[in-house]
Amino acid sequence: MNRPQLLAIAATAIWLAGCGSDPAPTQYGPNPDLPHPSRGLLPSMTIAKPEGWGDRRPTVPAGYQVTAIATDLKIPRQTLVLPNGDILVAEGKGGGDATVKRPKDMIAGYLKKKGTSSVKGGDRLTLLRDSDGDGVYDGRTVFAENLNAPYGLALVGNELYVANQDALVRFDYRPGQTRRSGPPVVVAKLPAEINHHWTKALAASADGRTLFVGIGSNSNIGERGMAVEEERAMVWRVDARTGAHRRYATGLRNPTALAIQPGSNQLWAVVNERDELGPNLVPDYLTSVRQGAFYGWPYAYWGPNPDRRVRPFKEDMVGQAVRPDYSLQSHTAPLGLAFSAPAMGGPFADGVFIGLHGSWNREKPVGYKVIFVPFRGGRPSGAPVDFVTGFQADGKTFGRPVGVTVDPRGALIVADDLSNTIWRVTPTSARAAEPAVASR
Amino acid sequence: MDLAHTSSARLRVLHPVHAVLLAGMLPLFLGALLGDWAYSNNFDVQWINFAAWLNAGAMVFAGGALLWAGVDFLRRDVARDGRSTLFVLSLVATFVIGFVAALQHAKDAGATMPGALIFSVLTLLLAAVSVWLGFSTLRSGAGR
Repeated sequence: MNRPQLLAIAATAIWLAGCGSDPAPTQYGPNPDLPHPSRGLLPSMTIAKPEGWGDRRPTVPAGYQVTAIATDLKIPRQTLVLPNGDILVAEGKGGGDATVKRPKDMIAGYLKKKGTSSVKGGDRLTLLRDSDGDGVYDGRTVFAENLNAPYGLALVGNELYVANQDALVRFDYRPGQTRRSGPPVVVAKLPAEINHHWTKALAASADGRTLFVGIGSNSNIGERGMAVEEERAMVWRVDARTGAHRRYATGLRNPTALAIQPGSNQLWAVVNERDELGPNLVPDYLTSVRQGAFYGWPYAYWGPNPDRRVRPFKEDMVGQAVRPDYSLQSHTAPLGLAFSAPAMGGPFADGVFIGLHGSWNREKPVGYKVIFVPFRGGRPSGAPVDFVTGFQADGKTFGRPVGVTVDPRGALIVADDLSNTIWRVTPTSARAAEPAVASR
Repeated sequence: MDLAHTSSARLRVLHPVHAVLLAGMLPLFLGALLGDWAYSNNFDVQWINFAAWLNAGAMVFAGGALLWAGVDFLRRDVARDGRSTLFVLSLVATFVIGFVAALQHAKDAGATMPGALIFSVLTLLLAAVSVWLGFSTLRSGAGR
């Protein structure tokens, strides 16, 4: 072992000893440690302190480079790579109508707001274009505006689907188009009352006939009453043609990103679990979503572990709760999910990228990075690997990753809603960026 | 009360505004307790929301009453005795326990119980003692 390594280990040891109250247990993978619920008089909290990037850049593994391909956006959340290489960015921020019910909501709202961008949500789709394939996105147009907190995006043939916070809408799309050709058509109304968790995640089935929509709960753990949780905390399957919907899976507290596994029609989701049970509960997770399954919220977590904060409590629901596949550690706040492609290179070719927005409900922050969960035989296998880091340093926070999208030509697109930037990570090795195929 | 004190120093009086602050917290803390009791019976969240706001309102009054009593207590020209010390201490206790009750009410849904109810009972009792001590120890602002 060389000296820098020893120094690094010593430094880490001192640093770990220094931050006492909430050391992270082994909480990645299929069998996370689940400590007893604990919450003092105040929940443990560390709110991000935003700071400009300056000369800093996110850190990527050796053999990769990162560039900012768009800045000064208005709360970029999710992105979509179109067949010709153009990138659509959904910008917006919803949940503004969620009412203050208690003194606590006022105080917590004020504190959490300090860790986010002060820019107003754009309520629009911005299109980014690299016209000569040199990796510089020189074209930028507003594809559509006056939307209502757009979030989930999916393209099926010539139809572009956008999940606003209150409705699933559709635009016609021809390859090369830079501006919508008509007003959005409403495919289906989505549950929008209160919208405590407002993001509506979206994925299209392999055949394009079904749209999966993720709908978050209207509270942390039912503190707004269970009446407002009708049709919340679940995934809907919407018929793309008729707009008719059915419940696909329930008990998913806040399914913030959905993706269909290439080569199969399996739906996967990342889910933000409940807060205020301590720094190491409840693990946020990645899971394949089984049709008809109940994933626990609000009555149970990580399988049949009861959460008796819910009143009235339904004992019979605890036993029905399904265990998710893969823990991403408590409070990391996964908001982006994308299956990789061979062009991402060697160790990152088979698996999923996950954008972790980062914690508030623990003293030592976690998340604030993009990780890669390797897959083998179509299932998560092994520990996650850091892919993009450096969003936090010296107690300052420069960015917060949200949506991640894989460009099959060999790039990961990361939306950062704190610095309002789109980052693009590409392999530096030989494989020159193929010129974007254009029908422009 | 010992009248000897009143002859040597300025009469220790209860200012009307201080009286309002003191008495005003009583129905608010009582309301918070009733809200907690209702929530613990039917788990309709609106009751615990009421309780949280009533407690917060009561704490504004309790804070004002405590501040006033504290300033009075430190004034050189106003007489001090055991009961006025007790009065200030009981207001301090009301404020501290009331604040703990506020934190209990800031938990989510059923996590408030039974803490919120227990601390609402304690706060109401302390508030009642403070009001009793305040009004029985101090003369009305009208003097005699």
